[in-house]
Amino acid sequence: MEFFTILVSVILVNNYVLAQFLGICPFLGVSKKLDSAVGMGVAVIFVMVLATAATWPIMRVLESLEIGYLQTIVFILVIAALVQFVEMALKKFIPALHKALGVYLPLITTNCAVLGVCISNIDEGYGYAEALVNSAGAGIGFLLAMILFSGMRSKLEGNTAIPKAFQGVPITLVTAAFLSLGFMGFGGLV
Amino acid sequence: MSILIPVALVVAIGFVLAVILTIASKIFFVPVDETVANLRAELPGANCGACGYAGCDDYANALAEDPSIGASKCPVGGADVAAKLAEILGVEAGSAEPQVAVVMCNGNKDAAKTIMEYQGLSTCSAAKQLYGGLSACAHGCIGLGDCEAACPYGAIKVCNGVAVVDRETCVGCGICAKQCPNHVIRIAPAKNKVIVQCNSKDAGAKTRKVCSNGCIGCKKCEKACKFEAIKVEDNHAMIDPEKCKNCGLCAKECPTGAIINMRAKRKPAAPAAPAAEAKEA
Repeated sequence: MEFFTILVSVILVNNYVLAQFLGICPFLGVSKKLDSAVGMGVAVIFVMVLATAATWPIMRVLESLEIGYLQTIVFILVIAALVQFVEMALKKFIPALHKALGVYLPLITTNCAVLGVCISNIDEGYGYAEALVNSAGAGIGFLLAMILFSGMRSKLEGNTAIPKAFQGVPITLVTAAFLSLGFMGFGGLV
Repeated sequence: MSILIPVALVVAIGFVLAVILTIASKIFFVPVDETVANLRAELPGANCGACGYAGCDDYANALAEDPSIGASKCPVGGADVAAKLAEILGVEAGSAEPQVAVVMCNGNKDAAKTIMEYQGLSTCSAAKQLYGGLSACAHGCIGLGDCEAACPYGAIKVCNGVAVVDRETCVGCGICAKQCPNHVIRIAPAKNKVIVQCNSKDAGAKTRKVCSNGCIGCKKCEKACKFEAIKVEDNHAMIDPEKCKNCGLCAKECPTGAIINMRAKRKPAAPAAPAAEAKEA
């Protein structure tokens, strides 16, 4: 039941993109088409779980040496190297998955949502299993936001009713704001 | 002294990770196929997808993996590129027959009747959602230029309410055909110059009511054709591209002018053509 609460909380209530405003860059950049949005979302789930699996034990080491303030720099270092390593391994052993995740893997190496989920796992005081569930949930929430937003953007595409000053990025940001407002409805659920 | 521990730790972590990555890049080394890069260099890079693959990169990959899919799938590059690709692969080049987009409608503003004063979004796909579009004919060109906006080569334009293809610029990639909500655009061999410019399969009387340029299925063309290349099915004339010899007899017989002969149009320019050919020779 506790895992379920964590999932609901991180997917809907505290959605990383729409409520905590982390990972906005890929959210705006790769959401033009549904298939690339899904590819990015899946890659984020993958990297988030992997990064948590690696950084949670490292944090224990840092804490035991009483140098917890090195958290950010060590996490970035480890996540970047880990993603590079996994990308090479995937290319060799599972080319199909490498092709599916494609360019998105290196893109999110140092994404703030990935770093954010690792740090928030520590701050929330989660155990190892809880941290992994939280990371998977954060990734699923990101995927959900990407899919919803790419649907909205496909309706904006080629829409000539948008005033010239609003075309492109401005209307995209306004749309993102409305989607974010919609997710505020989940507030207080958990 | 306390600063030494964190510094040493970060340096150690960095060093260990660097070593791991270096070893991994040796162990997991995947040889890159040079043929792919060579094939890709020959392709035009338009990424139009006319070959049936997602862009030039994808086609180069597929071709390197299995040359039997044919080196002649690129209509943009045509025979030149097909020959170069085949040379790299060491196989025979198939013939890439040049193709062009053909608009099967001539329901221009003078000919086709409209059923509404449309003021909505100025795209065909939006107009189509509102009672099937502004034209009285449900099969014809809507004329709001989705094809024109989609064409990467500027080869299709809306003139007087109907899309018109510039057959010189058109490469036959078929992007416009995918955009058209009424499926008015077809990709056909460029050698066929006699074309039925109507898409309507309604009965003759109904077609006549909505458009004066439509095919009414009278079968006069069928009788006029000496090569049995034209058949009327479902109140609609169809020309067999293999049998048609571009003689244009059907176009002369057609009472509504639904069949046009592109060759006839070029006659005024004929004196210049032999001179140009002589120069090339």
